[in-house]
Amino acid sequence: MATVSLESRPYEKVSDHDSSHESVNYLNHDHSILSWLLTLDHKRIGLLYLVTITLMFLLGGALAGAVRLELLTPKGDLLAADTYNKAFTAHGIIMLFFFLIPSIPAVMGNFVLPLMIGAKDVAFPRLNLLSYYLYFAGSVIALTALLLGGVDTGWTFYTPFSSTYSNSYVVVMAVGLFVVGFSSILTGLNFVVTVHRMRCPGLTWFRLPLFIWAIYATSVVQLLGTPVIAVTLGLLGVERTLGVGIFDPRLGGDPILFQHLFWFYSHPAVYIMILPSLGLISEVISTFSKKTVFGYHIIAFSSIAIAVFGFIVWAHHMFTTGISPYAAMVFSLLTFSVAIPSGIKVFSWLATMYGGSISFDTPMIYAFGFLGLFTIGGLTGLFLSTLGTDIHLHDTYFIVAHFHYIMVGGAIMGYMAGVHFWWPKITGRLYSEFWGKLSAGITFIGFNFTFFPQFILGYLGMPRRYYEYPDEFQVLNVFSTAGASILAIGYLMPMFYMPLSFFFGEKANSNPYGATTLDWTDTTSPPSPHNFEKTPVVTEEPYNFHGKEAAVVSH
Amino acid sequence: MERRPRLSATNQTVQDHGQHHHHKDLAHHFDTLEQQHDANTLGMWAFLLTEVLFFGGLFAAYTIYRYKYSAMFEEASNHLDITLGATNTVILILSSLTMALAVRCSQTGQAVWTGRWLLITIFFGLMFLGVKYFEWKHDYNIRLMPGKDWAGKDFFWWQYAKKAKEMEKHDKGHSHALPDPKDVLPDNDPSLGVKGIQESQQARLFFLLYFCMTSLHALHMLVGFVLIGIIAYFAYQGAYSPDYYSPVENIGLYWHFVDIVWIFLFPLLYLLGAHMGH
Amino acid sequence: MASSEHSTHQPASLTLYLGTFGMLMLLTVLTIFAGFQNFGMWSTHIALGIAVVKAALVVVIFMHGYSSSPLTWVIILASIFFLTIMLGMMLSDYVSRGWVI
Repeated sequence: MATVSLESRPYEKVSDHDSSHESVNYLNHDHSILSWLLTLDHKRIGLLYLVTITLMFLLGGALAGAVRLELLTPKGDLLAADTYNKAFTAHGIIMLFFFLIPSIPAVMGNFVLPLMIGAKDVAFPRLNLLSYYLYFAGSVIALTALLLGGVDTGWTFYTPFSSTYSNSYVVVMAVGLFVVGFSSILTGLNFVVTVHRMRCPGLTWFRLPLFIWAIYATSVVQLLGTPVIAVTLGLLGVERTLGVGIFDPRLGGDPILFQHLFWFYSHPAVYIMILPSLGLISEVISTFSKKTVFGYHIIAFSSIAIAVFGFIVWAHHMFTTGISPYAAMVFSLLTFSVAIPSGIKVFSWLATMYGGSISFDTPMIYAFGFLGLFTIGGLTGLFLSTLGTDIHLHDTYFIVAHFHYIMVGGAIMGYMAGVHFWWPKITGRLYSEFWGKLSAGITFIGFNFTFFPQFILGYLGMPRRYYEYPDEFQVLNVFSTAGASILAIGYLMPMFYMPLSFFFGEKANSNPYGATTLDWTDTTSPPSPHNFEKTPVVTEEPYNFHGKEAAVVSH
Repeated sequence: MERRPRLSATNQTVQDHGQHHHHKDLAHHFDTLEQQHDANTLGMWAFLLTEVLFFGGLFAAYTIYRYKYSAMFEEASNHLDITLGATNTVILILSSLTMALAVRCSQTGQAVWTGRWLLITIFFGLMFLGVKYFEWKHDYNIRLMPGKDWAGKDFFWWQYAKKAKEMEKHDKGHSHALPDPKDVLPDNDPSLGVKGIQESQQARLFFLLYFCMTSLHALHMLVGFVLIGIIAYFAYQGAYSPDYYSPVENIGLYWHFVDIVWIFLFPLLYLLGAHMGH
Repeated sequence: MASSEHSTHQPASLTLYLGTFGMLMLLTVLTIFAGFQNFGMWSTHIALGIAVVKAALVVVIFMHGYSSSPLTWVIILASIFFLTIMLGMMLSDYVSRGWVI
């Protein structure tokens, strides 16, 4: 049985001989602004991303708030219909392209990946900085499009509305996404090469932490998928600028082709968002259960399998568009196959916890939240991959609830778990466990209040993307909006106690959780500018906690 | 396989003395030149993987429309100039050969010849774009490229373009003085109608894809010129040696990739309707 | 740990490069010749087949595929694989739309 320790972190105090916080580290070795803006250090670039995507997250969250407030009442009273369209479009675009896709790979991946594989940096540090500035430039262009008047097509840019009829700033937004797409490609490229070529001696593929496997799979998806959306948005831009009909049926074009090309990227993009979370959760659960991951090899391969399956299921977004029923059947069948590696992961996490000595630290609470929400999100995905059910549920709030359970309940919960997990490593300080656990709990409760009613709304037939709805849907919508306010509190809390801990928090030792991966065992907190004193040599598999627990407590 | 002695010696140095005796071309975060070379090569191949999918989006659009509108695509393809297309194919393959020779010279340490072959590669590349320029200009004049009299829903564009081509044959050099589309095709032409409009749309899709694919290809060549130019400069400066030539090797990979794209574009765009005769 | 076999390959002989160039020229002539013949529905397949052979020559000889690491080949095959998936599965929709049982 799991032994549950109610007192939090008996090992968090810095022992006397651990003087890492006084030595030179990547945060204090140079304080000038330029040393941050032009840094080639993967850790600092990770922090640049952290700050930027947090701002984008706040913006996207505010837009979500506007959408939810409008839906508080059945009548369209807060926002005009057109403004509402622009609000949910901006919410979707910002959250997906400017927050979720770069979230774990660009922040956690940048910071942790070289540390975890015992490297001094990523393979191409300059390219890494370029990725950041491409992301920044893309954000600026996208925000310009919003300030000019916004886009009203939905984040999917479906043709022919986006190509012919919409009078909003589609081309500007497409340029922004094109640029940010290159940032994503270059980050993926950098990570793939880093994992292949920069591992320290002894770190064979099957000694890699599972987070690395997940980031690697994600990077491959970024490499393969992103160029397709880039060229698709390019074609959309050509169509709008030249007034020709690539996708406009009036001019001989084929709007379904746009959806094929769009989803060839955008379905795998879902896995760009969720895969890193899956890997990260394996780290967190293993560390806080003090137990090796159950079925390491299977978990590693399931990340790769999810990445590959992600490319052969895209047309399940198009069951109602008039694609061939035979193709639809095949795509439906293939979609079910994604459930296999995802299910394997869920069972592995449970089996990892079973018999472990579980400590309920903040990252673990977030991971628990992740487990429940991701499972619900994944299982409802099976409803939607069933052809017949999807015809009924397509474009209803059931879809909205389903993908929020994956994106917010899965990806963002994982991201929050990760930020809390590596915070002592990033800053060398400990945040307040009390506030951390509270925010994790509030997020979980608020999330379910927001999105569970939407499953019912969708089942009852409330379509998405409408700013008005019949009166009988109001109760559930009020639930949802109320839940969104709770959720907002849950997300806002870390934005206060985390920065506060950076200045006033207790100092963390190099390995406050007794974790086993190189980022914890062989670096100081915060790490030195070149990560390792001497190149580490790995002699065993990760997550080997045997005989280490005692040593950790005695710190 | 025989190892180059200098490279092994360098490795030995790094292993023996640690970071303080780095080779001048070795970035700080790599341990050995080989590791750096392998990372660079892998990075380039991964980039080309991305490029395959980048062009792949266009090829997918081409495939679908080629399937849906195969008859019109063959007819439309017949309006492209096979001679120019074939000439360009030869020129680009030639440039691929000179690029391969440049990489070979960098491997054997012939710095000056590396630079020379690179410049010759640029020369052939420019020749390709020169031919392309005149071809595009010609296409534009007979209304096959986006521009004048191109867009519009209810417009017998294809019939007009065919007429423009015919007039151009009779009236060499004065093609820019084409009459107004309305004069060429009276509204009451009974042979046209819905079919005429459909044909126009389908043929226009072919030329639109022709325009998108060839210009994206040309854009890649322009980027290539800049990069090859920079690397040629460094080659003349003696920056590359058998120890360290991955920039030359990588620009070579890039250029060969551009060549491969053209190898597919040529038959798909120019030769579809060749059997129908001009 | 990075395998080093492929990074130290000897330069290929000039004859090989010139021979490859000759082959590419021959295949270009062949593809043009084939283009003028009427093979019906097979025209595109034949043209693509020749193009694939030409591309393979460029990859194997000019891009040093013959001495590249297995990893490079994984990347090459992956690009072909995913391109095929994209084209093939998209086409599967269009081809089967008119089917009636």
